[in-house]
Amino acid sequence: MKKALEQLGQYFLLMKVVFTKPDKSKLFWKQFFVDAEKLVLNSIPIVAVISLAIGAVIVIQTATNLENPIISKMYVGYMARESLVLEFCSTMIALILAGKVGSNISSEIGSMRISEQIDAMEIMGVNSANYLILPKIASATIFNPLLMLMSFFLGLLGGALIIAFTGIITMHQYTEGLQFAFQFYYIVYSMVKMAVFSFIITSVASYYGYYATGGSLGVGSSSTKAIVVSSVSILIANLAITQIMLN
Amino acid sequence: MIKVTDLNKHFGEQQVLHNINITYNPGECSLIIGASGSGKTVLLKSLVGLHKIDSGEIWYNNIQFNALSFKDKKEIRKEIGMLFQGSALFDFATVEENIKFPMDFFTNWSNKEKLNRVNFCLERVDLKNVNNLLPSELSGGMQKRVGIARAIALNPKYLFCDEPNSGLDPQTSILIDQLISEITKEYNITTIINTHDMNSVMEIGDHIGFIHKGHLLWEGNMDNVLKSGCKELDNFVFASGMARKLKSTIQ
Ligand SMILES: Nc1ncnc2c1ncn2[C@@H]1O[C@H](COP(=O)(O)OP(=O)(O)OP(=O)(O)O)[C@@H](O)[C@H]1O
Ligand SMILES: [Mg+2]
Repeated sequence: MKKALEQLGQYFLLMKVVFTKPDKSKLFWKQFFVDAEKLVLNSIPIVAVISLAIGAVIVIQTATNLENPIISKMYVGYMARESLVLEFCSTMIALILAGKVGSNISSEIGSMRISEQIDAMEIMGVNSANYLILPKIASATIFNPLLMLMSFFLGLLGGALIIAFTGIITMHQYTEGLQFAFQFYYIVYSMVKMAVFSFIITSVASYYGYYATGGSLGVGSSSTKAIVVSSVSILIANLAITQIMLN
Repeated sequence: MIKVTDLNKHFGEQQVLHNINITYNPGECSLIIGASGSGKTVLLKSLVGLHKIDSGEIWYNNIQFNALSFKDKKEIRKEIGMLFQGSALFDFATVEENIKFPMDFFTNWSNKEKLNRVNFCLERVDLKNVNNLLPSELSGGMQKRVGIARAIALNPKYLFCDEPNSGLDPQTSILIDQLISEITKEYNITTIINTHDMNSVMEIGDHIGFIHKGHLLWEGNMDNVLKSGCKELDNFVFASGMARKLKSTIQ
């Protein structure tokens, strides 16, 4: 418990150093776009595949469970949309990114730490935490909400495709359901969640990488810790944001 | 000039450096020698501020370095070059980008000026046509050279080298040593080198400090290191069978 509090303190101290004005804004923007490509663009394929598949599965499951003839089949589309936008496209995708992006960041920064590359930057007078971490947090927090939107549309598309292939309900019922009681606010809510989760993933992974010790084994265990801690933090933040925004 | 007074450093229960007092002069290769685990790296990293010291003072000319904030340290750090034990080249960047890195941060030079400086530094360490290679594509000795080139990129007044020739063959080691020594004399740099290689000691040791279990036991130069009269130093110097035989033959 004491150790956890110490680490939390160390995390906030690191964030204080991270969130300072970059030495040279040109170098910051260069790194910002490099990281945007590595962390966001490169995540598109996996997010796309998973979203299509889950959208399809949700439609099949709700359709087969809606046997009751009194309830309109339109509700399949409605429920698919609601579950995608409320939970799947933000929380589930964030948990997947915590594994993919989190381990990438913590092992990259961690190996720079143990091979003294971070020390080399410090010696030059470069604020290494600011140079290495700020562009990662900034690019993921800004762009990942767009990834959430993409996931949402592809999820709906996955549902449509499975309907086209199987005819489990009619396309008209599906699209009617998609439009039923639509609340734009839910999309805002989901994008906000994604931004917060992305901040958690990148900052926690950077923290564990930045303070990695104990050779390559240490780098491995710090990226495992980064994934576990950021996943749990995402679930807690999910509760908090939902409480604040939907209550 | 770098002046250290009453420096102490400990990790947890273990006191690693005890009351170190030493002065390093410009234009000289000052060596820190001692057995593995004696505290050489800790001393070097304390001097540049990578370790926070418990007590004592570190002066760079007339500025007390260890009392400066991170921001003020930056001014001195621009004058520091450091070669790390494992080279510590940025593996996301090519050789050219590695050497340019400090220039990108701390100069307003045009690209052409930077490139000229990169090529000058590479030439200085006898490397050609490596600009676009990644560190992983270089041999250990070449990595050390690039490390030196990067360390001298901004014309440092102070150069720190942690075991510049560990893991190199004897011939390459001597070349690297000579290179560091030449640069030191040429630009009047205050150079501090960690080593446990007796060849370096006899080759470039203008000033030598012997550290034993965190104590500075002896100071001198390559001319008197063999007749120091210090028992621990003799054990270190004449550690190998060859050295012992040579010694007894001469006596
Ligand atoms: N970050 C650290 N945390 C705790 N103890 C450390 C740390 N760095 C060094 N030490 C301890 O300080 C002592 C001196 O280590 P140091 O690395 O300075 O030795 P060295 O003289 O450079 O040895 P070598 O020639 O093998 O590089 C060792 O006992 C080591 O365990
Ligand atoms: Mg060492």
